[in-house]
Amino acid sequence: MGIDLPVIWAVIIGFGLMMYVVMDGFDLGIGILFPFIRDRGDRDTLVNTVAPVWDGNETWLVLGGATLMAAFPLAYSVLLSALYIPIFFMLAGLIWRGVAFEFRFKADEAHRPFWDKAFAWGSYIATFSQGVALGAFINGFKVTGASYDGGSFDWLSPFSLFTGVGLIVAYALLGCTWLIMKTEGELQHRLKALAPRVTLVLVAAIVIVSVWTPLTHPSIATRWFSFPNIIIFSPVPVLVVATTWVMMRVLRNETHASPFLLALLLLFLGYTGLAISLWPNIIPPAISIREAAGPPESMGFTLVGALFVIPFILAYTAMSYYVFRGKVRAGEGYH
Amino acid sequence: MFGLTALELARIQFGFTISAHIIFPAITIGLASYLAVLEALWLWKKDTTYRDLYHFWSHIFAVNFAMGVVSGIVMAYQFGTNWSHYSAFAGTITGPLLSYEVLTAFFLEAGFLGVMLFGWSKVGPGLHFFATVMVAIGTLISATWILASNSWMQTPQGFEIINGRVVPVDWLKVIFNPSFPYRLAHMTVAAYLAVALFVGASGAWHLLKRRDTPAVRRMLSMAMWMVLIVTPMQIAIGDQHGLVDLKYQPAKIAAVEGHWENQPGESLPLILFGLPDMNAETTRYAVQVPHLGSLVLTHSWNGQIPGLKDFAPQDRPNSTIVFWTFRIMVGLGFLMLLLGLWGAWARWRHELYRSKLFLRFAVLMGPAGLIAIVAGWLTTEIGRQPWVVYGVMRTKDAASNHSALELSITLIVFIVMYMAVFGTGIRYMLKLVAKGPQPQGEHPPEPEGQSGRPARPLSAVPDRIDPAIDLPGGRRR
Repeated sequence: MGIDLPVIWAVIIGFGLMMYVVMDGFDLGIGILFPFIRDRGDRDTLVNTVAPVWDGNETWLVLGGATLMAAFPLAYSVLLSALYIPIFFMLAGLIWRGVAFEFRFKADEAHRPFWDKAFAWGSYIATFSQGVALGAFINGFKVTGASYDGGSFDWLSPFSLFTGVGLIVAYALLGCTWLIMKTEGELQHRLKALAPRVTLVLVAAIVIVSVWTPLTHPSIATRWFSFPNIIIFSPVPVLVVATTWVMMRVLRNETHASPFLLALLLLFLGYTGLAISLWPNIIPPAISIREAAGPPESMGFTLVGALFVIPFILAYTAMSYYVFRGKVRAGEGYH
Repeated sequence: MFGLTALELARIQFGFTISAHIIFPAITIGLASYLAVLEALWLWKKDTTYRDLYHFWSHIFAVNFAMGVVSGIVMAYQFGTNWSHYSAFAGTITGPLLSYEVLTAFFLEAGFLGVMLFGWSKVGPGLHFFATVMVAIGTLISATWILASNSWMQTPQGFEIINGRVVPVDWLKVIFNPSFPYRLAHMTVAAYLAVALFVGASGAWHLLKRRDTPAVRRMLSMAMWMVLIVTPMQIAIGDQHGLVDLKYQPAKIAAVEGHWENQPGESLPLILFGLPDMNAETTRYAVQVPHLGSLVLTHSWNGQIPGLKDFAPQDRPNSTIVFWTFRIMVGLGFLMLLLGLWGAWARWRHELYRSKLFLRFAVLMGPAGLIAIVAGWLTTEIGRQPWVVYGVMRTKDAASNHSALELSITLIVFIVMYMAVFGTGIRYMLKLVAKGPQPQGEHPPEPEGQSGRPARPLSAVPDRIDPAIDLPGGRRR
């Protein structure tokens, strides 16, 4: 037929997942920064910067779940059942945080602190669970036949706990730089002081993961360090260093959008590194997208709808970001 | 927990989360169409009560829609986390159908929901009406995909099993499987009826509180016409649905009727009440009407249906449960019929807005449609056991290998969290209902202080209404 359905679907789902990480990343990051911003007016401003867009961001999560089942039913079934507990906590965190988003504005004074706490806790739990799931994903799963054959707590390892914390730092940086772009004055000043420290912690975490994974996974070491791969893939680490350097420089001066764009680049590089390590496996360490693929009847049928609707979702997303561009001032416009 | 097996806990978990979820989409489907009708009447007759009602119910619609989205995220993952063997086996069919549902829902949200909730004074009346109609159609399309997916599991066709998994060979056959048209009609009409009852109860409640405005009267009046006309239709559709089940899932019908075995040449009574005992293979304390079972199920005086004893014990659904869930649904259905007739009679006697007894009955019937929906789903889902894909895959082979302890803990957390979050959301909706429709005069209302506001469902409600949280065991602050 000439159309390589598993590859197309891997690209679509990979793209959707990246959209999710980037977009829900910065609004989860705002919840993560909540404990560091105590002032009530500042907190309102923080939330107002993402209020117009956050729930569209979760679109990608739901779309990812449904299309993964359609295109790679085996991956959907193995990954989700192996990661039952982290996914459960992620969903619980997202539910709390999602309703807290609205209810903190609609609540009276007495109940407001409760919803603020729900917002911050929900963000931490959801992010940490996603990070743990990511670490467990890199570590791989024990599969026999067509089903997960490991224990309930196989996802739990020093490495996965580390990636859990790492993702909190990553989202905190996205949130922090997003806020630098969207705020001004004293609040922006404080966030700018915070950003370099978060950047350095994140880069340290990326370095540790980059050393840890090849050490524990020989196949990943071979992928990166064999010739000629080491040359082909060398731009990735080089760009990480360069991006960090530029980030530290721009943060010293008057700046608005550049730190956020640099943080996105950093995240994208990390994502690329991950893709390089794992491709073409969808259930590490050994099951590839081809082996996990559903029949072409399922993939093709769903592709028609996806190709029709995804452009609309993208256009709508772009439009809402465009409409709500610019700085958000304290007490402005919202509720 | 309580000596339940991991399989039972997994089933309870799915049943609980999806029962909590279905309430919101059901209201969404019904209210979206109601709003489209209200707006059409406003554009046609230029009577401001229709417009005021539109704004009133669109706020409630917005909160409800948000609750549906939040509770729906869980469903998109639960097939994989808890039913991984099912997903690996038949995700090839469920996955694409659910994907289409998600794509439809997002298409709708991206395209029309924002205009509908926020565009009243920003776009022309024609375009706004178009957006409302598209949202209403979108909810129906969403329902179509979900019901196709569920119906395929009940009456599967259009597939082959290759290398131990389902491969769809004819999507038209998969989607238009035998039980699908009946289930779709039954559920859509149920959503309309549930919302009519809810709207009617709201109107009746305001009248009892002596808030007798034209808008309040109109919503009671419209709702009672709807209940009067739609309830008999729903009973007829339900009857047809039952006949399809009898043809394709005879064990389900036997369990629903608490019917164990036939005597040669004997007609089938209808057991009104009783207690089916799965171990003793009999229905205790049965109160029955001779011949009525034959009449209802075979549309003949002496017809017979298979009894539960015609099926091996491991192939029988739990009659004790479905016998009762079915009777709750049907009982409420007949109460709805009574409400509709009483409403017509009260209208004829010019006391529709005055009769306290009737209004109190209408208030009591407010949640009846939603309860009937949940009871109906419990009947059809428990009634198809022990199969997850009827006759093809057993439920016990579909579940993930989680331990009972793991499932107990997650179930408890789900229950506490849902009570808190959705309890709060429902209270919030009821507070909005209690405010009542506000006459807006000449200038159409626009959510206040909404400049730079996002097009999100919950934020369509400008009011600060305290969603205090109610946790089991007292109020927490």
